[in-house]
Amino acid sequence: MSGIFNSSIGRKFAMALSALFLMFFLLQHFAINILSVFSPDAFNEASHFMGTFWAVQYILQPILIFGVIFHFVMGFILELKNNKARQISYAKNNGSANSSWMSRNMIWSGLAILAFMVLHFIDFWIPEMNTKYVLGDMSGMHNGEFRYFHELVEKFHSPIRVGAYVIAFVFLALHLLHGFSSAFQSIGANNKYTKSLQGFAKIYAIGIPLGFIFIALYHHLTGH
Amino acid sequence: MNLTLKIWRQKNASDKGKMVDYQISDVSPDMSFLEMLDVLNDQIITKGEEPVAFDHDCREGICGMCSLYINGEAHGPDRGVTTCQLHMRKFKDGDTIYIEPFRAKAFPVIKDLVVDRSAFDRIQHAGGFISVNTSGNTQDANAIPIAKEAADTAMDAATCIGCGACVATCKNSSAMLFVGAKVSQYALLPQGQVEATDRVLNMVKQMDEEGFGNCTNTGACEVECPKGISLENIARMNSEYLKASLKG
Repeated sequence: MSGIFNSSIGRKFAMALSALFLMFFLLQHFAINILSVFSPDAFNEASHFMGTFWAVQYILQPILIFGVIFHFVMGFILELKNNKARQISYAKNNGSANSSWMSRNMIWSGLAILAFMVLHFIDFWIPEMNTKYVLGDMSGMHNGEFRYFHELVEKFHSPIRVGAYVIAFVFLALHLLHGFSSAFQSIGANNKYTKSLQGFAKIYAIGIPLGFIFIALYHHLTGH
Repeated sequence: MNLTLKIWRQKNASDKGKMVDYQISDVSPDMSFLEMLDVLNDQIITKGEEPVAFDHDCREGICGMCSLYINGEAHGPDRGVTTCQLHMRKFKDGDTIYIEPFRAKAFPVIKDLVVDRSAFDRIQHAGGFISVNTSGNTQDANAIPIAKEAADTAMDAATCIGCGACVATCKNSSAMLFVGAKVSQYALLPQGQVEATDRVLNMVKQMDEEGFGNCTNTGACEVECPKGISLENIARMNSEYLKASLKG
C-alpha cells in the first residue's frame, strides 16, 4: 500500500475519488437548491438543517472543504507534471482529430469553476460562517422568519452575478462531460456497464448545471 | 502530386533542431508515406546533403518500428495503420505536410525523426513476461483451459506493437495504453496470475521513473493506436494496480 499515492495510477485514483465525492455533493446541493423554486419553506427547513446539524457542520463540511482543496491542488500538480513530460511541443498538433475539447481542457474549465467558487464563498459561505460562528447566531432567523430564502433571492437580483453564475455552470457542464466517466475509468471500472454509464454521465453533466442555471434565472426573473 | 514538406531536422541528440521546408514533385498517390520519404532522400543525397533519418523496418505494419507525427497526428491521418501503411492518396496535390518525431521527454530524439523508445523495453523488462521452467518437461500451454472471451481479450491486448503512438499523441505523454496492454495480456490468462502482483507494481514503477505523464482519459491514444488497443486495458491496469497495492 505504501507509495500508492506517489504513483501515477494512485494519483489518478485519488483524483477520481475526490471527483466522485464532489459530484455526490453537487447532487445533494442541487436537491436542496431546487426546493427554493417549489417551496421556500422546505428550502428554509433544509438549509437550516444542513447549516446547524452537527454531523454536517463538523464532519461533512471539513471533509468537503478538504475534498475541494485536494481536487484543485492535485489537479494543478498533475497538470505541471504532465507538462514536464513533453518539453518540446509539436509544430502542428491536431488534438481535435482524436479527443474532445473538454478532455483536453480540464485545467481551464477547472480554473473557471475555481474562480466561481471564490465568488460563491464570498456570496454565501463566508457570511454564513460569520453569522453562525463569529456572531454566534445559530437561530437561522431574521426579523422573525428564516433568513435563507431571502438571502438567496437577494443575491440573484444582480444581473451581473446571475450572468457570472450562468457562465460558471456552463464551464461546470464542460468539466463534468469529461470528468464523470473519466472518474470511473480511473478507478478501474470499464466494463459492460460503461456505455450506460456514459449515457448517465451526459444526463448528469448537462442536467445538474442546467438545473442550477434555471434556479438562478428563475429567482432573477421572478424576483422571488 | 506536388507537396511541400516541413520536416524536423536535428543533427544529433544535443542539437537544438528546427523545421526545414522541402518541395517534392511527381509523388504517386499509390506510394506509401515512407516510399515518398525514400524518394525525397534520393533527391537530397543527389544534392550532396544529409538525408532525413527516420525509423522503419518491416514496412508491413507489424514491427512497430516506424513512427512519425504527420500533420499533427501519430502515424498520420489514417486510422488503424502505422506510417508504413499510410499511403499518399490520403493527401491532396499542393498539400503542406508537417513531419515531426514522436515527442515525449521519455522518447528523446536521436537524429531528425528517429527517437529512442528504449523506455518501453525497460518497462517490459520490469515485468512484461511470465517465468516458465524450460527443463524439458514444460507443460503445453494448450493443456490449460482458457475461456474464449478471456483468450480473445488477451490476444487483443497482445497485438500492441509498442510503436509509441499512444505516448506521442497523448497530451500528457502518458504510456498507460502501452503498459495497460502489456499488463492486460497476462492478467487475463491463468499463466499470468503467479507474477501478477509484482508485474503491475514493477511495470508502473518503471513507467513513472521513465518520465511519462499521467493519463487523463482523453482517449486520444485509443483513436491513434494502429492496433486499436482499447482504453479498457488502462482501466484493467488501474484495477490490477490498486488490487496489487492493497496486497503488497
